[in-house]
Amino acid sequence: MKPVTIIHGRAYPLGRDNIDTDLIIGAEHLKTVSRSGLGRFAFETLRSEPGNLFDDPVFARSPILIAGANFGCGSSREHAVWALIDLGVEAVIAPSFSDIFSANAYKNGVVTVALSAGKVARLMAFALTGKITIDLVAMTVSASGMQTTFMLDPFRRECLLRGLDEIALTLASEPVIRAYELRSGT
Amino acid sequence: MTTRPRTLYEKIWEDHVVERHDDGTCLIYIDRHLVHEVTSPQAFEGMRAAGRRVRRPDLTLAMADHNLPTTQRVDDAGARLPIADPRSAEQLATLKANVAAFGVPYIGETDAAQGIVHVVGPEQGFTLPGTTLVCGDSHTAAHGALGALAFGIGTSEVEHVLATQTLMLRPSKTMEVRVEGTLGPGVSAKDVILAIIGHIGAAGGAGHVIEYRGDTFAAMSIEARLTVANMSIEAGARSGLFAPDQTTFDYLEGRPMAPRGAEWQRRLEYWRSLPSDPGATYDRSVWLDAAQIAPNVTWGTSPDDVVPITGSVPHPATFADPGRQAAAAKSLDYMGLAAGTAMQDIKVQHIFIGSCTNSRIEDLREAAAVMRGRRVNSTIRQALVVPGSGLVKRQAEAEGLDRIFVEAGFEWREPGCSMCLGMNPDKVPPGERCASTSNRNFAGRQGPGARTHLLSPAMAAAAAVTGRLADVREMIP
Repeated sequence: MKPVTIIHGRAYPLGRDNIDTDLIIGAEHLKTVSRSGLGRFAFETLRSEPGNLFDDPVFARSPILIAGANFGCGSSREHAVWALIDLGVEAVIAPSFSDIFSANAYKNGVVTVALSAGKVARLMAFALTGKITIDLVAMTVSASGMQTTFMLDPFRRECLLRGLDEIALTLASEPVIRAYELRSGT
Repeated sequence: MTTRPRTLYEKIWEDHVVERHDDGTCLIYIDRHLVHEVTSPQAFEGMRAAGRRVRRPDLTLAMADHNLPTTQRVDDAGARLPIADPRSAEQLATLKANVAAFGVPYIGETDAAQGIVHVVGPEQGFTLPGTTLVCGDSHTAAHGALGALAFGIGTSEVEHVLATQTLMLRPSKTMEVRVEGTLGPGVSAKDVILAIIGHIGAAGGAGHVIEYRGDTFAAMSIEARLTVANMSIEAGARSGLFAPDQTTFDYLEGRPMAPRGAEWQRRLEYWRSLPSDPGATYDRSVWLDAAQIAPNVTWGTSPDDVVPITGSVPHPATFADPGRQAAAAKSLDYMGLAAGTAMQDIKVQHIFIGSCTNSRIEDLREAAAVMRGRRVNSTIRQALVVPGSGLVKRQAEAEGLDRIFVEAGFEWREPGCSMCLGMNPDKVPPGERCASTSNRNFAGRQGPGARTHLLSPAMAAAAAVTGRLADVREMIP
């Protein structure tokens, strides 16, 4: 996996609480056996609404998405993360994330930045015109006239910064896993 | 040294720690892995690319459920009928090829035991108390009904488990959801979990494992507990747990994959040590009174958009939180509903009885009891009953439930996920409304533009009879 340090650029000011993974990518598109090509189907339902951001040339290939609370709730489909990546999204900023979505995101090198609802609202307003920087080394989010820090699980941050393959990492613990199996009779 | 009282969750967690890192991350052993066709192709592809083998095929069980059509699967001569959608067919064929190449046990598409992963796991005795169980599906939480620490994972984690039989995790916080008292007539496990989700919210359980406690749950059958645990994720909790008890042991004993003889006795002793110790504490506790729970229905596009059937569609302004207000307004727009409308005035065109939440034999009995001697209303365009597994279907047919449904005007189908998410041909058309026993009312969930109202099997039957959302309590003796 590619190491992630700085993400900089425009951001989709999506907002809205409870964006579920069905909204991010509909079930019809889960029939694929590959990870690529899902971006054009991302947010299909929302694209039919007035003010659709996802086909607005101003925001095309924005690396950041700003959303409401409980982002990525619902289905465990990793296709939601693959669709975001295919759309060009490298980080999502929201007041909170579903547990499964944030696990899926970081395993694909997508950063989830949880900030207070107030800060998210300010960034939403700012995103209409300006660019945003997320710095994984300094653990900051900055926009013109605003800088704030955020928290990330230290293990996940380390994996993102170094672009580590978690399976290879775990396979290095093979003797410990084997010992566990013998000890527990599994 | 005195031992601190521990919760059920803490006991299972600690018994599965392979390795603990300084930052609190733990390598956790996974005892059981269910695999289906939708979230596994890219995981097997990754395994193949890295030249890895499945570490413990004996702890893995695969079957197809999401894409399978629920119409006839073999012709009268017993030959397999083709699957019309080429992409579904490809995904199903990919699973079959992958399990063969990696030596993973597989229940075939036309096998009598085939069904929805979360129905088949418990039914076969694959799911056991005190085990860690995962599947690339968020409703894996269901298996917590038997006291398994069970949770949904993404495809990267599916690959991680296939390759290592472990996952890198951090301990969750714990939440006690206590319900005490007796449920009223016509009120079921589905109404209880909808009430809980309405109470704590769609993100209320995020970061937590829920333990369902209290005499209401103790009195429930395993099938009812499966319905409750299944929807833990709809409250944001990755897992929901029930302490294993005599009901659990009676349910499991003699099932095909459950332990036998001395091994059964050894496990039983361990299982009896699992319930939370007296004095164990939880990070959060909520309490509901069973007597106050009515049959519930959803009105919006989030599972916490729930009201009693006697209620009405709320006005968005009644919500305190501005985010929730905006979401409610969007929901009403999508659902084509006006605030203030009585729930019982909402007409539906489709009825779906099925899904990993409500497709077991007790669910079908509950719906059939309402349908007996009644007809599906002429305004209903399609009414489906989709049993959760081939064995549930066979049992229902032995009890004559299929005849009750068919005579009433329902279609009696083959097992699968079906209209819960419409990956197969079973979909609700745009703008039409479905009374559904499934678990999600998200926009577009049952098909693009489809409008979903979640409810119990008995309430779905009541809606089928009246052609609108209806209070089943008025239809039972």
